[in-house]
Amino acid sequence: MDTAFLSGIFLKLLTGLPLTLNLTVLSLLGGGMLALVLNLIRASRLGNAVASTYVFVFRGTPLLIQIFMIYYGLASFGFVRGSVLWPFLREPYWCGLLALALNDAAYTSEILRGGLRAVPQGAVEAGRVSGMGRFLVLRRIVLPLALRQALPAYSNEVISMLKATALVSTITLLDVTGLARAEVSATYRAVEIFLCAAVIYLALSLLVTRGAGWLERHLSPYKFGTPA
Amino acid sequence: MGFDWALLGFGPEGWGLVLARAGGMTLVVSICAFLLGLVLGTLCAWARIAGSRWVQRLAIGYTVVLRGVPDLLVIYLFYFGGRQVVTAVGTALGFEGPFDISGFVAGVLAIGLISGAAQSEVLRGAYQSVPTGTIEAGRVVGMGRLTLFRRVIAPQALTTAIPAMGNQWQSVIKETALVSVTGLVETMRQVSIAAGSTQEHFMFYLAGAVIFLIITSLSDIVFRIAERRSLRGHQQGHA
Repeated sequence: MDTAFLSGIFLKLLTGLPLTLNLTVLSLLGGGMLALVLNLIRASRLGNAVASTYVFVFRGTPLLIQIFMIYYGLASFGFVRGSVLWPFLREPYWCGLLALALNDAAYTSEILRGGLRAVPQGAVEAGRVSGMGRFLVLRRIVLPLALRQALPAYSNEVISMLKATALVSTITLLDVTGLARAEVSATYRAVEIFLCAAVIYLALSLLVTRGAGWLERHLSPYKFGTPA
Repeated sequence: MGFDWALLGFGPEGWGLVLARAGGMTLVVSICAFLLGLVLGTLCAWARIAGSRWVQRLAIGYTVVLRGVPDLLVIYLFYFGGRQVVTAVGTALGFEGPFDISGFVAGVLAIGLISGAAQSEVLRGAYQSVPTGTIEAGRVVGMGRLTLFRRVIAPQALTTAIPAMGNQWQSVIKETALVSVTGLVETMRQVSIAAGSTQEHFMFYLAGAVIFLIITSLSDIVFRIAERRSLRGHQQGHA
């Protein structure tokens, strides 16, 4: 076992960690907000059709095709190249982030929908009766209950987004996977390098699992007893 | 949008036939990987239900690792790593290089292994949803292990497992797009080639997305029928 080589690789791969984390967090934020919008428009019939189609398309196709469609595909339209968004859409970073967020929104909106369905109608009515406005009911009653319900499924989504960010390496970005790929082309020691990268991702997803478990216990003291 | 639709047709200029063949390859890779996953998942679920402590730990380790590592990385590991291992073994045995491993084999192994980890969780959950009373009843009337599994456990576990297995199958289909990085000509790889040579990027990636949507929607229908059938036996009280 070549320890010096391994630790060198490990340190080099860690320099890709900020980009991996940045993409994970920002795509979860963007996707989460879009997921909320998708659920709010479900109230109307047209909105419901739009949201269902969106979810169907984004969940039915591979993320890789979505990334390529945005990165390579959008550039084939003259009006995109002429638009104010072009400085963003020609950067692989923004294209990758956009694809990840759009994809995450489809999955998160379904998780959120399950959570929203679990909110008791009585709780909403009680809020309305006591004079809360629509938005206040959403913020103080519906969302806290729905989010708590959705947390276990959502922690899986966080892990799958963390893993999904690896795909941006296919559009030249140097995240942990991208750096690993570059190192392999330079040294041809695929097994060691990819295993190093795998260890980094594995540690991150174990952290997410632990964190979600802690949050779940913290938010539901009635189920697990009050935290000490 | 001035698309040249003839490019997607089956004429001499069209990519239709090639794309259809690539769609077929996507299906073949998906089926092989899903079946491999089913075998691994079953073994792993069995290990966790009935294995000794060490076998259980091994099975848990397998699921934790495979669910925490990006699929793309696993495919890279099998494809490039596989080539490295084959080369090392080949050279040690005195053969002349260069050595290579096919993208198909590496892809099926990698996705099968990933899917096996997820399927083992589904199968374990399904087994645990079978009421213990029915298993004991089966044992009491003198059923052997195999009969017990075939007549009591499997019919009941299937109703729980089928919807989740349907989801597993859908993610296997989508994961096969990643095998394109090995150069295997499945749907994703084929639309990239077509997009590159015609410069109609958006149109061909859209076509690729439609091929995937067709495959995922059709399999959704099949799994729904299967689910209904598995429930039908339940309502009548006998299989």
